[in-house]
Formats: sequence, structure tokens, C-alpha cells
Amino acid sequence: MTALTAKPWIWSFAAAILVWIITVLFTGGSSSVGLSQATLTFAAFSVMVGIGQMFVITLGPGNIDLSVPATMTLSGTVALKVMDVQDSMIALGLLVAILVGIAIGVGNYALIKLLRIPPIIATLSMSFIVQSCAIWTNRGLRIKPPEMLSDFTTSYSFGIPNVALVALVLSLAAWFLLEKTTYGRWISAIGQSSFAARMAGIPVDGTRFITYVLCAVLAAVAGFLLASFSGGAALNMGAEYLLMSIAVVVIGGTAVAGGNSNVPGIWGASLFMFLVVSMLNTYGFGAGVRLILTGVIIIAVILAAGGRRALR
Amino acid sequence: MRLSSSAVRLIIPAASLAVLLAAVFYMQPRAMSYTGLNLLFNLAVPIALATIAQMLIMAVNDLDLSMGAFVSFCACVTATFLQTSPVIGILIFLAAIAVYAGIGVVIHLRQLPSIVVTLGMSFVWGGLAVLLLPSPGGAAPEWVRWLMTVKPPMVPMAIVASVIIAAVTHYVVMRSSFGVLIRGVGGNDRSVERAGWSVVGIRAAAYALAGFFAVLAGIALVGLTTAADANIALRYTLLSIAGVILGGGEFVGGRVSPIGAVIGALTLTLAGSFLSFMRISPDWQIGAQGAILIVVLALRLFLNRLEKREKNR
Repeated sequence: MTALTAKPWIWSFAAAILVWIITVLFTGGSSSVGLSQATLTFAAFSVMVGIGQMFVITLGPGNIDLSVPATMTLSGTVALKVMDVQDSMIALGLLVAILVGIAIGVGNYALIKLLRIPPIIATLSMSFIVQSCAIWTNRGLRIKPPEMLSDFTTSYSFGIPNVALVALVLSLAAWFLLEKTTYGRWISAIGQSSFAARMAGIPVDGTRFITYVLCAVLAAVAGFLLASFSGGAALNMGAEYLLMSIAVVVIGGTAVAGGNSNVPGIWGASLFMFLVVSMLNTYGFGAGVRLILTGVIIIAVILAAGGRRALR
Repeated sequence: MRLSSSAVRLIIPAASLAVLLAAVFYMQPRAMSYTGLNLLFNLAVPIALATIAQMLIMAVNDLDLSMGAFVSFCACVTATFLQTSPVIGILIFLAAIAVYAGIGVVIHLRQLPSIVVTLGMSFVWGGLAVLLLPSPGGAAPEWVRWLMTVKPPMVPMAIVASVIIAAVTHYVVMRSSFGVLIRGVGGNDRSVERAGWSVVGIRAAAYALAGFFAVLAGIALVGLTTAADANIALRYTLLSIAGVILGGGEFVGGRVSPIGAVIGALTLTLAGSFLSFMRISPDWQIGAQGAILIVVLALRLFLNRLEKREKNR
């Protein structure tokens, strides 16, 4: 039992279950299935971007990817345009989305490495440019996703939303990458001390490069699925996912100072965040209270978790 | 004449602003007038104040992701309480500044990452703003409106205000002992602590001063727009960070430049108008701000390399 409570991600799941119970109590249990399915659907998108952000944050203090919402928007816009409502083009659309993600990730890291720009500013500038590209590509037309893709993203298999299953597969892959491969070890090592990692012979630059590209690709895939789910790509579709991607990483128990991360926590945190919003809506609270409570929760979690003791 | 290194750091932002201004005048000679300059730089005043606030927080090695939400909140308070019952409005502002100081203390005592704490606070300020003004509205107090639309002779209000802001903050941050302490905490807080100063107190003061400038930014913004909305200044978060970096400030080490920050804010404001004059589609306005940041930072890297080569010779 103590081994279970020692895991950093257990608290986010416990909190999620608690909030779920409170919400369902309000309707006397009749909404439990609907609530769970909605939660899984929306949490899935947060999870996908959260995983990418988690990998970047693990790299150490100062590493963060602020271009996630812009990447989601551009990939959704371009992919839908390429697919042009035809079912046969779905594979090509997904490929285009991934290529967009790779390009943005490469751009991000080029700015960080070649121009020595701090990641916050580099990804910020990139997000401005990418957002402009999305605006220019979109031209106000609302292209619908192909029917097969739209059905896929909005339906369920075995009672679980399909997008949640996709997110689950990606999480398993990410967990494997983080815990069982050398790459995962390298990221944690770089996060804990990039100097020591370099001395130990770890290819710091190459690893960081792959991580930023991975984050952008995950954001691109999330944008692709979100656009299909929502019936079209809107220019502000990624707006709330920036803060959400950082929040679910932090609440899930990943150390913001880097070096210590876990994948299950992201799921717990995503479910928790969406359930809190649902609970507040169910009990009739307005947008203002919802926002305040979200902020208070984030601060309370980080206060309880504490920070890294400065080791200078 | 050997320039001090801080003066050299100001060259790039000043030069970028001058080049941009020259380009704007070339394309639209009528902008070279009193009204033209006022229109170009009007909205730079609240952005400059927010940039100064962000600069103070970056001076102590932190980052404030709640700047936009806080300025929006202050704008909402200005348009509602400050207009109807000024005393309550001022009390709310004082409480907000106290909360800001509290955040600075908490971040230091618990060694928390400022990005995450300010992220949470951005939700809190945003929620409070939405509670105050669920839909755009409110009205600007008379004196604020007068302040922002006053017409001093010869030089437009926007320029006068920017110069005053730059001069005052330059004096406070670069020339007073308080400013030295703030930058010292950013540079090496251990040695400041050993010298007998209270790092917690200095950080609280830096955050409180930043909160004060952000409050001013909110008031100035309402003076210009005459009404407020919960989302009116959300882009100020990223704009203020970009402004500080453009002006030669750095994330760590306490190396900031108030004059540079104001110049950075002016440059970013001008970039939008510049693109309109170039007849570049508004689609690219946001992208241009990103491109400007990259170009300026690349230039700075190049200059730094030159500096190092000079030193090693």
C-alpha cells in the first residue's frame, strides 16, 4: 500500500475519482456514463499535448514548448485542406500533419541551438510565425473533415471514445520510451544535470532535438484529431491547450525543474482538470468561479509538491 | 570613445526602432506629424508599463505568465470600481499589489517554479476579471481619460509618457540602491543574503513594484479604450516578455535595461503599423512580431560573438 501512495501520480487519480463522485452525486448517478465518456474524450486531447510537453519539460529548467497551440492549429488547418473531405486522402492528411509537426519542431530547435535563443522565446516566436501561416492558409473557409475520419473521432469502441484509445496507445508508447529505452534515461539525465550528462557522453544536442520534434509532432497529431472531432479547424482551437498542457504535466507529478517525469500522472491530471470544470458546471457555477478555482488548484498542487532545493 | 557595455546593448533595440520608424515615415510621410506619432505610439504606453513590470520580475530571475490576465483585471477594476467608487477601487489595487508581493515571497520560500505559479495566478486574475465584467463594458474615469488624451505642445503625449516612464524606471532600477539590490538578487542572491540583506524582503518589494506598474498599465489602457473587457490585455503576457528581451534584458542574472524595455515595447507596437503601411496582409502581423524577435536576437548573438573576439585578442 505504501508503495502505491509513494507514486507521484496517484494523487491526481485520487483527486479525479473524488471529483467524479461529487459530480455524479448531483444527478443521482444518472449521468455517470455520459460524464465518463465526455471526460475521456476531452482528456484525450490534453493527454496528447501533455505527453509532448512532459518530454520537453523533463529536459531541464527553462525547457518548455510554447508553440503547441499554433502547431495544433496549423496542422489541423493544412491537413483538412489536403484531405478535402475525401475519405481516400485520410492517410495523406495524417502524414501531412506529422510533417508539419516535424518542420515546426526542427524550426524550434534550430532557433534554440543555432541562434542560442532561450526555448521560451524561441518557441514563442515560432508560435507567432506558425499562427500567421495558419491564418493565411485558412482564409476563412471552413473545410469539413472526411466522413470516415469524423465518424472515427466521434464514436466509441467497447464504450470508450476512439480518441481516448488513440491517446492511450500514444501514452503506452511514451511510457515505454521514457522508462524502458536509453532515450528515456538520457532525457532524465539531461534534466537532472546537463553538464554531467555531457560529461557522461550522452549526445545532449541530438536528444534535445528529437524531444522538441517529438513534442511538435504530438501536438500536430492532436490538432489533426481535434479538427476532425470538431468538424473543422478554427483559428483559436489550440488556445486553451497551452496552459492545459503545462498544467497537466505539473499536476501529474512531473518535476518542473526537469529530470523526473511520469506518464500516468498526465492521465490523472487531464481527467481531474476536465472533471473539475464539469463539476463546477453541474453545480451551476459561472465561468469566473471556474477559472479562479482552476488557478487555485494549480497553485495548491505545486505548493504541496514543493520545488527543487537549489543545489548551487 | 569607449561605450559602456550597457550602452552597447542598447544600440540594437534603438537602431531597430530607428530603422522601423524611418521605414514608416518613408512609406507614409504624413505619419511624421504630431497626430501621426501620437496615433502610432498611443497603445505603446500601457504595453511599455507592462513591459517594465515584467522586467522587474525577470530581474529577480523569475517569469510572470500572468501579466496579461493581471493587466486585464486591473483594466476591469478601473472601468468599474475606480469609476464609480474610487476609494474601493484603490483598495482593490492595493490588495492586488499585496497579493503580487505575496506570490514573490511564496515562490522564494518554497523554491517554486515561477512559470507554474504565475500560470495558476493567471487563471485566478482571469476569473476575477470575468466576475467583474462578464461582457465588455464599464467606463473610464474622467481623470484617466484626460491623462491619456492630453495634448502637450510640440511632442505627443505618447512620446512624453514613454520618455518619463523610461527615465523614472532607469533611475529606480539602475541608479538607486534599491535597484542595485533587486538586480543583485537576480545575479547572485546568496551573496546579497550574506551581505545582510533580506532576499525575501527584496523579492517582495520587486514583485510589489511590478504589480504597481501593471496596475498603471491597466489604468492607462482603459484611458485609451474608454471601456474594458476581461480579455482585453491577454496578449500583454507574451508582448511584455518579448519587449524585455528585445531591449537587451536577459532571463537570468539580473541583467535588465529599463530604457531598452521601453524601446522594445515601442518597437513591437510599431511593427504592427509598419506592416499595414507595407500593405502586407494582416494575416502576417503576428508572424512579423515573431520574425522581428528572431532577427534582433540573431543580431545580438552576432554582436556578442564580435565582443568576445575583441576581448580575446
